[in-house]
Amino acid sequence: MTAVLAASAERRRPAFSLGRWLEREGVFGWLMVAPPVVFLVALVGYPFFYGIWISLQDRQVAKPGVFVGLDNFIADWHNPVFWQVVANTFVYTTAATLLKMVGGLGLALVMNQDFRFKNLTRALLLLPFIVPTVLSTIAWQWILDPAFSVINWALMQTGLANPGPSWLGNPYLAMFSLIMVNTWRGLPFYAITLLAGLQTIPPELYEAATIDGAGRWGRFRYVTLPLLKPIIFIVTMFSVIFTFSDFQLIYVLTRGGPANATHVFATYAFDIAMGAGQFGQGASIALSMVPPLALIILAMAIYLRPAKS
Amino acid sequence: MTVERRGWQTRLLTLWLPLGASLFFALFPFYWMAITSLKSNQELYNRKIMPLIVHQPTLKHYVDLLTETSFLLWTWNTFLVAVTSTAISLVLGAMLAYPLARLRFAGATLVSFAVAATYLVPQPLLFVPLADLINRLGLGDTLTSVILTYPTLLVPFCAWLLMGYFRTVPLELEDAARIDGASRLQTLVKIVLPMCGPGFISAGIFAFTLSQNEFLYALIFLTKTEVRTVPVGAIAELVKGDVFYWGQLMAAALLGSIPVAIIYSFFVEHYVAGLTAGAVKG
Repeated sequence: MTAVLAASAERRRPAFSLGRWLEREGVFGWLMVAPPVVFLVALVGYPFFYGIWISLQDRQVAKPGVFVGLDNFIADWHNPVFWQVVANTFVYTTAATLLKMVGGLGLALVMNQDFRFKNLTRALLLLPFIVPTVLSTIAWQWILDPAFSVINWALMQTGLANPGPSWLGNPYLAMFSLIMVNTWRGLPFYAITLLAGLQTIPPELYEAATIDGAGRWGRFRYVTLPLLKPIIFIVTMFSVIFTFSDFQLIYVLTRGGPANATHVFATYAFDIAMGAGQFGQGASIALSMVPPLALIILAMAIYLRPAKS
Repeated sequence: MTVERRGWQTRLLTLWLPLGASLFFALFPFYWMAITSLKSNQELYNRKIMPLIVHQPTLKHYVDLLTETSFLLWTWNTFLVAVTSTAISLVLGAMLAYPLARLRFAGATLVSFAVAATYLVPQPLLFVPLADLINRLGLGDTLTSVILTYPTLLVPFCAWLLMGYFRTVPLELEDAARIDGASRLQTLVKIVLPMCGPGFISAGIFAFTLSQNEFLYALIFLTKTEVRTVPVGAIAELVKGDVFYWGQLMAAALLGSIPVAIIYSFFVEHYVAGLTAGAVKG
């Protein structure tokens, strides 16, 4: 502050006035951003680094932590369940993201036509995305119930299976079911966002492409896709981050079971930290999300990013 | 899209069939939720009865849910937390967005970079240290714990969205107000904010639905019935050991979804605007 005063004195301004000082762009700007910045530093920045500190300790419920260096991370590295969690998370994220991306793009193309009740349809299709996830997942849990699954009822009625599979009890089917429910919830987000992107493409481009002899596929391949790429990139990046770190859906449907077959980083870290009370170990598992997530985002930035827009 | 006259067969194949299938996939779980909540236990657990319709509807599960559990209290908690954290997030978000959108000051790039980074931090990364922090502050089992932490998920989004709206206010208007002697704060409050109403509605709706949706922090910080939110209450108290009270669970899921769905239906356009603003403009 003294520096500011000195600077204004040098320029032989009239005597210091608080009102005029507040009107300066830098002062006013910082006064505005300071409260939210302090808030985010206190509740995001500080916890992030504090979490790293916890991960370097042997820290159990109601006991003071003991610094152990990288021991927790080394223990993760030698833990076969941890590697299963890594594999599960990758399978879950990759499959669900691809399904949502392809399905969402398809649905967006379907929706990008003129038809009656378009706005109503769009509103209804978005419902899975806005309804609290835990609540809709409870409905899915009942749909996939071992004894009273409506899917199995339908399979039995049509004679396809009797008595029908255990959707959440079989390790492979459990993962498959989680991916389907995640797709159910996330697909509308892709569809509606990509639809908004489609609507920004000028019709003249399609006309020009048609004149140049492009068919339906050609127009999609050389007009729609390249122009949609930046939006696909952003949507996919968000979706990958939140699918990779998903907790709610898996916690409600399987709690990571059967036999760790569907544990992902978030549910496993939760189990170890909150269930077993090993905070240091749990923090190290949660932090292990960062390097793979950073690599995925980097890879996507390289392959999906628009060359220059 | 180019307007082409196509036969009804093409229209059926490229529009109505995929659209119908998507609508069925999207809406069936809600239908299932609704009819399950209206079935008696005898009907629910009888595999010989055709399950797709309700044979003898009953409101028993709703009555039990409202009288035997703390569902109404959970609903009130959820609402209170969502409204408060949305309000906090809008205020803090606007305080970040306006200077970043309109003013030049040292460190602005750093701040906007930090806000974007905060937006990308997934929740499960922070729950261990935050649980410890909340404990040390003595905020365990208080609604304050979630009212304080939810805005960390919402502020970056609100700021990002509002920046777009602040940029659409013509600079000349602000300049004119300043020349007429208005201070920066007066210009912001009297000229800029009134023009950004739709932005605040979009960000507000989005923040409200996100706070209704939050589960992880609520699960960890709120362990007593009196302070629980609907998702945590349903999972923790309508499932006893291995026994699922399916009728009550479905009634709770439906009742818990209705407030969000109603608010959403009034502001669909704003919600979609908020959803797509970042992606399309970004």
